[in-house]
Amino acid sequence: MAKVLMKGNEAMAEAAIQAGCRYYFGYPITPQNEVTEYMSKRMPEVGGVFLQAESEVSAINMVYGAGGAGARVMTSTSGPGLSLMQEGISYLAGAQIPCVIVNIMRGGPGLGNIQGAQSDYFQSVKGGGHGDYKLIVLAPSTIQEMADLVQEAFDIADDYRNPVVILGDGMLGQMMEPVDFDNVKKTRRNLPEKTWATTGRGNREHRNVINSLYIDPPVLEKHNYVLFEKYKRAEQNEVRYEMVNCDDAEVILVAYGTMARVAKNVMNIARREGYKVGLIRPISLWPFPKEPFKKTVDQVKGYLVVEMSMGQMVEDVQLATECKKPVHFYGRPAGMIPEPSVMLEKIKQIAGGAR
Amino acid sequence: MAKVIFNEDLCKGCELCVNACPKKIIEMDLSKINTKGYHPATIKPENMDKCIACGFCAMMCPDVVITVIK
Amino acid sequence: MAVVFEKTKGLTDVPFSYCPGCTHGIIHRLVAEAMEELGVLDKAIGVASVGCSVFAYEFFNCDMQQAAHGRAPAVATGIKRVHPDKVVFTYQGDGDLAAIGTAEIVHAAARGEKITVIFVNNANYGMTGGQMAPTTLVGQRTTTTPYGRKPEVNGYPIRVSEMLSTLDGAAYIERVAVYDVKHIMQAKKAIKNAFLAQIQNKGFSLVEVLSTCPTNWGMTPVEALKWVKDHMEPYYPLGVYKNTLEEVK
Repeated sequence: MAKVLMKGNEAMAEAAIQAGCRYYFGYPITPQNEVTEYMSKRMPEVGGVFLQAESEVSAINMVYGAGGAGARVMTSTSGPGLSLMQEGISYLAGAQIPCVIVNIMRGGPGLGNIQGAQSDYFQSVKGGGHGDYKLIVLAPSTIQEMADLVQEAFDIADDYRNPVVILGDGMLGQMMEPVDFDNVKKTRRNLPEKTWATTGRGNREHRNVINSLYIDPPVLEKHNYVLFEKYKRAEQNEVRYEMVNCDDAEVILVAYGTMARVAKNVMNIARREGYKVGLIRPISLWPFPKEPFKKTVDQVKGYLVVEMSMGQMVEDVQLATECKKPVHFYGRPAGMIPEPSVMLEKIKQIAGGAR
Repeated sequence: MAKVIFNEDLCKGCELCVNACPKKIIEMDLSKINTKGYHPATIKPENMDKCIACGFCAMMCPDVVITVIK
Repeated sequence: MAVVFEKTKGLTDVPFSYCPGCTHGIIHRLVAEAMEELGVLDKAIGVASVGCSVFAYEFFNCDMQQAAHGRAPAVATGIKRVHPDKVVFTYQGDGDLAAIGTAEIVHAAARGEKITVIFVNNANYGMTGGQMAPTTLVGQRTTTTPYGRKPEVNGYPIRVSEMLSTLDGAAYIERVAVYDVKHIMQAKKAIKNAFLAQIQNKGFSLVEVLSTCPTNWGMTPVEALKWVKDHMEPYYPLGVYKNTLEEVK
């Protein structure tokens, strides 16, 4: 497969197939329908299972069953669907079932609209479902990166026995770009065998049980500690980010996904106008990259966080900078794109006026 | 000769076996309290020879307390 | 000496967590015996639901998954699609299956999902303290229908077996009771048939078992058996509602 021109949604679906995913359960919702449709066509070709569920609630529980049975499994949805899946996601995290969940965000709240947005950051990164748990959340900003990260996501999920979320937006889902599947990063991990999976007992000495119920408080407490040991390991090993032009930067833009593409252009314009502007692009939204802020906080005048929301990731940037420098915010909700001209104006203000 | 064996400590004293026995030889042992705190079901030794090994008691028992042999 | 009756290998040694006289225990045993007699224990994967039978994963001596409230048929679907050669079953109560999980059970049946569902109908929510269930009879008092279930307020009980048997994907559906030995034997036959429907790849199978809740009904276990016969059975007639098996055993 040479370089092909593909929609983001299709590229993620193909990447999943190439990562060995043979089970997909989903429910139609815009703007991610191409994932579902692509899977319905491709899965039979590779001897896999595509199943259109009766709801996102069912889809995520089918993922639970299939993942618990040892399979590489994926679902995809958009905001309203992800809200419905929260119950199942909490159970998946509690029962330590690996799976990949794609959320192609759209404007909210409620039915909102179908334009790409970034307002499900809190829902993905801070929980969403009940109980103490974490999801590993990866945010691509190009179609190639969507393919790369989906591939990686399956490995991370299996490594940590935890759901991994690919957090994209409607623009990335619908956009077409060239993708090179031959150069998608292949597995580097020594993944553990799924000895815990319910595959039917066969000759196994013990029964396998997939469960998130621990009725005895000290036992449940211990289970929570086990989960958080795992999350600690993820915080040490799974942080991903990109830093551009940060070495001499006096103002640093912070953005992820589609917004990072806009921010990169604004950075270049600002540089041409004589402002030393850099970009920090978190790729893993959880674990959130704190290092790039530690490295730059002493040198900068301030950060400008830009999001296609009313401000969600900005809180993690404030935490990462420990409020040592001002963290400014500019965002627009509802699928509206923050204006480059406004971003530029704000950069100039932070830098201390015209050059 | 038939024999009914009760795994006494699992008995919850529901008396469904008493009700099911066609020979009416099962009773609750009021002289005993098991680890769950119930008077367990029993058949007095002198009544055991009336047992016809039908297994009805075991089939009605919701806690799989009973084994029947003959 | 010959053994007339002994505990099946289909059950673990964990004692049941059910109230005294609750017929969940009988139904568990029948499911376990059916699996043992069909020789499928080593390839069975069960799904426990939420309700009194939430701990079912501790009792059945096979691989098990524990599902969220009402979602067992979706979880079972995921398992069966990964392991089509295995025997997959769910064990669900009436609140789980007929209220919060209505969509999941209807669509699993409509898809002809090759799973076996053991549906325990005791006309109330047992675990949470005896609230009204979708299967609570008209006039029946529960902790949320203290004046009795009134159709003008709460509507009417759902007859699950009849409803699901209208779907083409359903291969075997029977309603049974366990209030006496004769009916227990029939119930076991039904459960075996339901598993056979799955093993023969016929489609979706379900056995609805009328069960008791002596604690929340406020009766002795013996009185509760009689209540099933006198009050539940007339509204929920026993019998085979769907059968596509090649040979009925």
